[in-house]
Amino acid sequence: MFLTDEEKRILDGAEGAGKQKAMEMLYALGLTFDAEKLIPIKRAHVALSGQEGDTYWCELLVEGGATCAVPPTTNPYWDTDCLTKFYDVTKEELDLANRTGEAYRKIGAILTYHCAPGVCSNVPFFGEHIAFSESSATPYVNGALGARSNRESSISALAAAVIGKTPCYGYHLDENRHGDILIEVDAELNECYDWGILGHCIGEMAGSLDPVLVFKNKVIPSQEDFLYFGAEAATSGAVAMYHMVGITPEAPTIEAAFGGRKVPAPTALITNKTLKNQETKLTAATGDINLVMLGCPHYTYSQILEVKRLFAGRKVSNNTSFWILAESGAVELAERSRLRQKLELLGVRMVGNTCIDEPCWKSFEGSLGVTDSPKCAYYRERRGQPFAIRRLSECVEAAIKGRLD
Amino acid sequence: MMEKIVIKGRGALEGTASGPAIVFPDSIAGNSGALGDVDGVVYEKGNINYGISIKNAILVVPCAKGSNGFSAHFKGALIAGVKPAGWISTKIDARLGVAIASMNIPAVVDFTDVDPIKVISTGDWVELNGTTGEVVITKK
Repeated sequence: MFLTDEEKRILDGAEGAGKQKAMEMLYALGLTFDAEKLIPIKRAHVALSGQEGDTYWCELLVEGGATCAVPPTTNPYWDTDCLTKFYDVTKEELDLANRTGEAYRKIGAILTYHCAPGVCSNVPFFGEHIAFSESSATPYVNGALGARSNRESSISALAAAVIGKTPCYGYHLDENRHGDILIEVDAELNECYDWGILGHCIGEMAGSLDPVLVFKNKVIPSQEDFLYFGAEAATSGAVAMYHMVGITPEAPTIEAAFGGRKVPAPTALITNKTLKNQETKLTAATGDINLVMLGCPHYTYSQILEVKRLFAGRKVSNNTSFWILAESGAVELAERSRLRQKLELLGVRMVGNTCIDEPCWKSFEGSLGVTDSPKCAYYRERRGQPFAIRRLSECVEAAIKGRLD
Repeated sequence: MMEKIVIKGRGALEGTASGPAIVFPDSIAGNSGALGDVDGVVYEKGNINYGISIKNAILVVPCAKGSNGFSAHFKGALIAGVKPAGWISTKIDARLGVAIASMNIPAVVDFTDVDPIKVISTGDWVELNGTTGEVVITKK
């Protein structure tokens, strides 16, 4: 791999141990993928998670004197001020959270604590080379926006942010962005939940291939639709790039989506029945619930507004907690617009800067939770709480009854 | 006998209006401060009609100009009681359309054969019909 003299100097440690570590990471990654060179990035997003491996890496770079050439936005861990008022965490868990915030402040990150940066906190333009970690953010910026990012880990994204460059391989190159398989969709997609279920189907079919979707009926997906689609396609599969013909920017035509190569025969036709089967497979659990958890990926203001509409003045059951995890700007807007206060009177609480996959939620473990996100269910179950998956309207009805029938 | 000229555009808002024309070859800026909110006087720096009130006049412009908030200043003129009598514009756009609709004054727009800016002079007496699109100009 070609390195400029400047890059070699950094690799040799001339600019400190922190930048050297970051360059070693990028160089090793470049060699792994046979990259020709490093290219400058315009933006970075680091999926800081408050897990030891990520925090250790950031601290290591900080101790070596590194700061970010391209300040990255960050994923959430959890709002330690708000949530410790309600839920127990251990001293070790709180210490790790505080260390995480401190390390990322020192390295010069923009602490957005938001897992959908492409929606509002770090929005790239078409064609920009960027280094985004967070598995739901990568398909969004590649597929929906036409920016160029590999599926970075928090470690490689932070290294790229420190150096301001990334190895030129994978989705940075035209030839790797074209479609691999064709999937036809003839189904009703009425809300972002449906797009999530579609994404879950597509992820299973595509694995790490780039799917090209052709819709029989005209669809105009919203931000939330793209977000749910990509989040689930990256959960059940490893989709980091997709095309929707006539919708996403690199697929004005089916031929363009396949980069001029032969358009393959369709791999599958997805119908209402396919979606229903997938939903049934995912959503079987019923019984008393102790939690409704929404916001994986983080809820937008419009989604919070939709929760209020669906409650129609009714209240959450006494035996159930209802938490919305949202982008902190959306929470601030809800506060300012008095939407937050109105929802709190119904028993609906919201918190910014927080992920579902954090130790602060362990008080609920052992009983059934409900969510509108298969990704949320996947992570919560891994931590020991069974979760049912339902569309938002059914989540709201379950919260009112305190049980899921 | 005074010369009369008849030209025709598209009637944008119905009704008839008459009054002395004020011609703005470079339009009127829609930015705050270009039109006095209370007195309806043009205060746009460099405007050929600087210091003149639009009250009861027939405004003649090539198009709207400046801020998307263009219409708000004319709505202000309506509230202050200094609105123009009617409006003639070579071409209409959304800014101008909202200004006309929010004042509810007759207007003729979208001229193709003749440019009203070239035919009408400030001070001419103009009668316009926002239903038929006919404009009758009596030269001063």
